[in-house]
Order: sequence, then C-alpha cells, then structure tokens
Amino acid sequence: MSQSQTEKKRSKNALIMTLLKGRTLIVLVILIIYFGLASPTFLTAGSLLLIAKHVALYGILGIGMTYVIITGGIDLSVGSIVGLSGIVAGGLINEGLTLNMFGVTIYFSIPTIVLIAMLCGALIGFINGWIITKFNVAPFIATLGMMYMARGFAMLRSKGATFSSITGKPGLGNTGIEFFGRNVGGIPVGAIILLIIALIAGIILKKTPFGWHILAIGGNQKAAKLSGVKVDKAKLLVYMFSGVCAAIVGIITASQLVAAHPASGETWEMNAIAATVLGGTSMSGGVGTIGGTIIGAFVIGVINDGLVMLGVSEFWQMVIKGVVIILAVIIDQFQRNLQAKIALQARES
Amino acid sequence: MDNNVKTKNDVCLHAEKVSKIYPGTKALDDVSFDVLTGKVNVLIGENGAGKSTLMKIIAGIEQPSSGKIFMGDEEVTFKDPKDARKYGIGIIHQELSLFPNLNVFQNIFMAKEKTKGKFSLDNQAHMEAANRILEKLEHPIDVNTLIGDLRVGQQQMIEIARNLIQDDLKILIMDEPTSSLSQQEVDVLFKLMRELTAEGISIVYISHRLEEIMRIGDHVTIFRDGKFVADDDVKNIDIPWIVHQMVGEGKSYPKKERNIDWKKRDSVLQVKELTLPKSGGGYLLDKVSFDLKKGEILGIYGLMGAGRTEVFECIMGLRPEHTGTVILEDKVLNVKNISEQIERGFAIVPEDRQREGMVQTMDIGKNISLSSLKNYLKGIFLDNKKENENVDEQIKDIHIKVADKRLPILSLSGGNQQKVVIGKGMLTNPKILLMDEPSRGIDIGAKTEVFDIIHQYAERGLSIIVVSSELKEIVAIADRVVVLSNGKKTGEFMGDEIKEDSLVLASYHGHHAH
Repeated sequence: MSQSQTEKKRSKNALIMTLLKGRTLIVLVILIIYFGLASPTFLTAGSLLLIAKHVALYGILGIGMTYVIITGGIDLSVGSIVGLSGIVAGGLINEGLTLNMFGVTIYFSIPTIVLIAMLCGALIGFINGWIITKFNVAPFIATLGMMYMARGFAMLRSKGATFSSITGKPGLGNTGIEFFGRNVGGIPVGAIILLIIALIAGIILKKTPFGWHILAIGGNQKAAKLSGVKVDKAKLLVYMFSGVCAAIVGIITASQLVAAHPASGETWEMNAIAATVLGGTSMSGGVGTIGGTIIGAFVIGVINDGLVMLGVSEFWQMVIKGVVIILAVIIDQFQRNLQAKIALQARES
Repeated sequence: MDNNVKTKNDVCLHAEKVSKIYPGTKALDDVSFDVLTGKVNVLIGENGAGKSTLMKIIAGIEQPSSGKIFMGDEEVTFKDPKDARKYGIGIIHQELSLFPNLNVFQNIFMAKEKTKGKFSLDNQAHMEAANRILEKLEHPIDVNTLIGDLRVGQQQMIEIARNLIQDDLKILIMDEPTSSLSQQEVDVLFKLMRELTAEGISIVYISHRLEEIMRIGDHVTIFRDGKFVADDDVKNIDIPWIVHQMVGEGKSYPKKERNIDWKKRDSVLQVKELTLPKSGGGYLLDKVSFDLKKGEILGIYGLMGAGRTEVFECIMGLRPEHTGTVILEDKVLNVKNISEQIERGFAIVPEDRQREGMVQTMDIGKNISLSSLKNYLKGIFLDNKKENENVDEQIKDIHIKVADKRLPILSLSGGNQQKVVIGKGMLTNPKILLMDEPSRGIDIGAKTEVFDIIHQYAERGLSIIVVSSELKEIVAIADRVVVLSNGKKTGEFMGDEIKEDSLVLASYHGHHAH
C-alpha cells in the first residue's frame, strides 16, 4: 500500500471512530428531533420535566452500575434496594422506630431518615461485595440472591402494603420528604442530585487513584493485583457505592409519589444496565464513562416517554427498547474491533 | 544435514522450511523436519526452542507463516486439528485438554461420537470400545468415572486412549507426556509406544528427561532458538552430546563483567527454608534458601515446574500458605499480601505479560504509572503534571519507543510492552526487583536492551532476582545463579562457575527416570 493510501485509510478510520464514539449522543439528538416532530407535546416544558424526572432515577442507578460494571461485575440488586430504602424511609416517617424495651417510639428528622436509608443501601452493597470478594461468588449470582432478599425484606417490613402519604407531622418534626420530588428553579431535585453525583463520580473515576484502580481491575484483574492494587477493597467500595446510589433513588421515588411501595423499583436494574451499556461501558469491564451513562439514561428515558406520548403500545415499547440495546452492543463490538485494528496499524508503522 | 541414510520410504511426514512468526518474535525459523515411519522421533531443545510450535503446526493447531508439509509425495495443509486427524495425525498435549466434567468414554469419543441412526448416541459401543482400549493400555478404569475424579497420570492415559481410538492413526505426537506420570505408568507408556511403532505408527516424542530419551528414542532432533541444530540416531549419541547441542556454542549475549567483591556487600534479602506444599501432597518448594546482595543480579534457573515462579509468588505474598523466613534488611517480614510487599520495596515483573503484566484497556502512560499512582497526589486528586513528568522520565530512562503515551498499550511491540511493565515496577522505587522471564516473547534486539536495563539498574544499586528458563540469558546477566529442580535447590554458581553445561546438569537433578 502506498503512503497516501495508508494515510487515507487512516483518516477514514479516524472519522468512523469519532462517529462511533459519539454514537449515543447522535442517537439521542435524532430521537429528540424525531419525537419533537412526531408529537406536538414532546418538546414542551411539562413533558421535558417529566422526562428529566425519570432520567434522574435511571441515571443515578446507572452511575453506581457503571462503577460496578467497570470492575467487570454486575449489580442486580439495585432495583430491590430502591424498594427497600423507600420502605425504610416511609416506615420511619409514618411509624417511627419503636423500642419495645423502653416502650417508646422515636421519630427522626428527614435528614436523619435519608441518612439511615443511605446507610441501608451501603450495608447491602457491602454484603454484596463481601460475598463476591470473600467467597468468590460470581457477582451475577451474589446480587441476584440479594435482589430477592432485599425485596423480601421490603415486603416484610410493610407486610406488602404501601406506606401512603408519608408527609410526616409538624409535631413530630419529620415533614419535608416531598422536597426530593419537587422542582427547584424549575428543575427537578432528582435531576440536580443526578448532576451532583455524576460530577463526583466522574471526577473520582478520572482524577483519583481509586478511579484508575477500578478501571485497572476491570481491564486485567491479575495485572492490577500484581501492581499492588487492593482489588478486594476496591470492589467492596464499588458495590457499596452502587447500593448508596440505589438508596438515593429509593428516597427520590418515595418522595415523588409521597408514598413508599415495597414493589417500587422492580426491574429498574435492567434500565440501569441498559443505560450503562448504551453509554459505552463494556460488560467485560475496564472501559466506561459516567458521561456516557448519563447520555444512555437520557436515551432510555426519551424512548420510554416519547413512545408513550406517541401512543405506542407498552408491548411495542419493550420490543423497541430491546432492539436499541442489542444494536448498541453490536456497534460497541464493531468499535472495539476497529480500535484494535487502528492500534495494530500504529504498531506496524 | 544427513549422515544417516533416509529414503523416502522411511519418512511418513516431511516438513519443508517451515517458519512461524508471531508479532515481535520468530518462533520457528526455516525448519525442516522428518518424521520417520515406525520410529520414536525425539524432539529436544530448551524452552522456547520451537518444538511445541512445530508440533502444533503438524497437528493443524497453528498454521505456518511459510513452508510446506508433505506426506508421501502429497503436499498437505491443515486448517485445523480435524484436518490433520483426517491424515491420521494425533497429538497429546503438554497441558491436558480433557473435559473434567465429562466421563471417560465421553472424553475418549468427544467429536468422534458413534450413533445409532443419525442422532441417538450409541453409548454401548462407546463403552465397549473404551474398555477395549483401556485394557490394551493396561489401565482398566471404569469408563463412567468423571475425568475430574481421576489422578493426573490416569488422565494422561485417557488422553492417549483418545488418540488411539482413531483407526488409521499414522503419527502420534506426544508433548512431554511423562511429566506427570509415575514410574509404573511410564513403563506402561513405553511398552505401549513400542507396540505402536511395531504396528508402523510413527511417534514424535518431546521430553526434557534426557535419560528417558536414551531409553525410548530411536532418532533425536535438536532445536535451538527456533532453528534446527542437529539430528542423529540414538545409538550414535550420548547425553553430553545432546546437552552440548542444546546449549550450542554459537552466539551468546555479551556478558557484562562486574568487578565487585560480593563477600563485602551486605545482604538485602535473605530467604530461609522457603517451603510451599503442593495440593495433593509433596512440595512445590522444599526448603529453598538463598540471599541477595545489594546491587546484585541473582539468577534462578530451572526447568518448567522446578518452582521458579513459586519463589516469587511466596516473596510477593501471593502464597500465604508458605512457610520459611523472609528477611529484608535485617527485618523479618510477615509476608501476607502483595500491596504490603510493594510498599516494603518489592516490585515484580510477571512472567506472562499479557495476562499479568499489563492492563490492555489502558493507555501506555497509565500502564506505567498504575503501581505508583499514590505518589502523584495533590490533595485527593491526581496531579497530572507530576504523573506525566514521572512517566516521561521513566519512558526516557528505559528507552521505550513511543510516539504518544496516550496510545493504547497494544500499539507497542512486545519488547516495548515489556519495558512498560518494567517501568511500572521501577516507578515504585523498589529496593528489590523480581523479574520472571523478562525476555520471553520479545525479539533479539529488545532482549539485549532489556538486559542492558537490568544491568544499569543493578549498577545503580538495585538488587534484582531474575527467573529464567533461558540458559544464555541467565548466563549473560546473572552475577550468581541458583538452580532449582523439582522444588529443591540443586546448585549455586558464582562468577566463572556459571556455565551452561553445569546449569543444565543441576537442573536435571532429580529428573532421572528413577
């Protein structure tokens, strides 16, 4: 091959690469334009706010999931943690904590309750990580088991019932949970929380040793270990983080509904995984960005709500979502092959 | 090449000028090889001499980069092992390739299933045939036993049985089949090999056990560095001749002379009675003791399975079950985990670069800084400037040829990848550098560079242990060599005593055919 031909091929590859890297964003823009043209209500403030509310939930779950998947794992328990943490918070608001031995019932303030719910998520994440690292259980299995357990505990706590109107009582000093479902300056609080968590998680991933360590673990666990990375500790922290993210989503969900339902968050782990994968995180680990996951969450949210607004049946929505996810992974594979080819080209020259 | 008379009729397979090139290295270089009909054709050479590569090509597992293979007058090409099997070529791998989750007859007939009608498996026929063949092997094993429940020696027999099931077997390749067999099993195997050759089947036999070769071999071919060196009938040769040919006199790497009185140097590391039990009895390491002086390059030489890598694993804390004492600068260490060992000043360059050395998903720069990220902090964040400075300095120090350190690590050649792994270890400012096969899979030029790097660091006062199975490498770079054989220390050589022949002899110690 002549010099100029090689050059041409290389610049063509580089162009394809750029398009591939930005593919989710391109898809998002196309979707928004399409739905905007197809449905007159889609690009109104009201529906955009609704989408943002939904995206916040998938996005926050997706951020935790991204960390987990980057280490080469998976967390199927996040949906159940959403339900459990909501129930824990709702129960504490409506019924308080009864200490039988003292014959008293304690009511906590909302900040304390939020903290307790988050600790709850952290604890479940810790147990996930502990089972995975200590007993060498595959993450899929460990978190599958935890998915059932956490859901079961949520049901047990409320006996399957819903804690409704969890507004608290001024006399007990536990009002204000609705805050997390409201808008501040026209923006849903959930979306603001998403933004804050995304910023922190993104910075940790790219700017701290911990972030690079988890990228290394997913890329080559053995090499990471031999480089002195504390693999087990890092994994433990990652599953705890995912648990905390899920607990936060649980609070926001309960707050948006002003009710805590034990079945809430069912199958949301799938939306979180979908957002992560759409965002370019590799299921085999080592590659992924928080920004990508956020865009992925928007794609999922826009498809969901856009199709609803177009009046597409719920069943077709499922089919379309499935097609989009599989296509995303196929393109991902294509990108990886191309990347390897480009690397080899660089090596030859 | 020929002083013994070979006619076309004697040769059942002929490889003509076969080469195999992997990225960065030439595993086989223009090799011609004959398989003599009805003989035990022995193939011998150091690790990395190209024996297994050639066998894989003949068995269709790998395809040659160039060259031809003839059977009789017909040129043959094998796309895959199935192709080769059609021509009656079977191979018994060095690493067993059985299915532990399936039983004996299922393993024997895997992908050669007999059926009643088109779909229904004929297990009756499978069992009968399996029993017949195991009887012939003098190893009656219940054919319903799971492979995973068998001893390794028995598994080896199943591997052999699997090849014998083929009706038209012409060539049987055996890659170190005896390494896990007991003496009794070896005797049975040898008897069987005689029977097979009497039936006109040709055997290609790879082994490291020299005595065994003298006992069972008919014709010996010796490879070195991917090239053909010599061949002769066993009756014409002896063990010293083989060792001499394996080692060769040709080019060796320039030896760096160092005039240091090691007796006056302090020991940095002392290892006493290091012992590592093997699961299932015996020892991987049996009371191995040695010390390492400041600025010294200590070589550890041994054959595969001698315990070389295990020494490193113990020192790095990857084998918490080991016993023995490790003393670093007069301080007895409690070696528990690897990150602690790295903080104490140990660094390791692992044996398998791809699997253990580098993170393929990361760029070159991050692969270099991965071990030492904690040194580049500003607050809780990474200080990119500091990190880049250190990485750049290391790239310069170790001469990594890199256009841009943000490129993926896989864009580098094998030699430069290896330098990245070494650089990563060096950035932790180690007192002791452990290098496991530092020049494996890299080309000659890069090898010399790696040796220069090792030498430079030693001159600057770093103490280095190099594990190697390559004689020339260890002779060229080590100030002192410890030889391991079957988990025991069988020799220690200094200065002028470090001779290839004496190392080889020490490394075969305890490997005699009992």
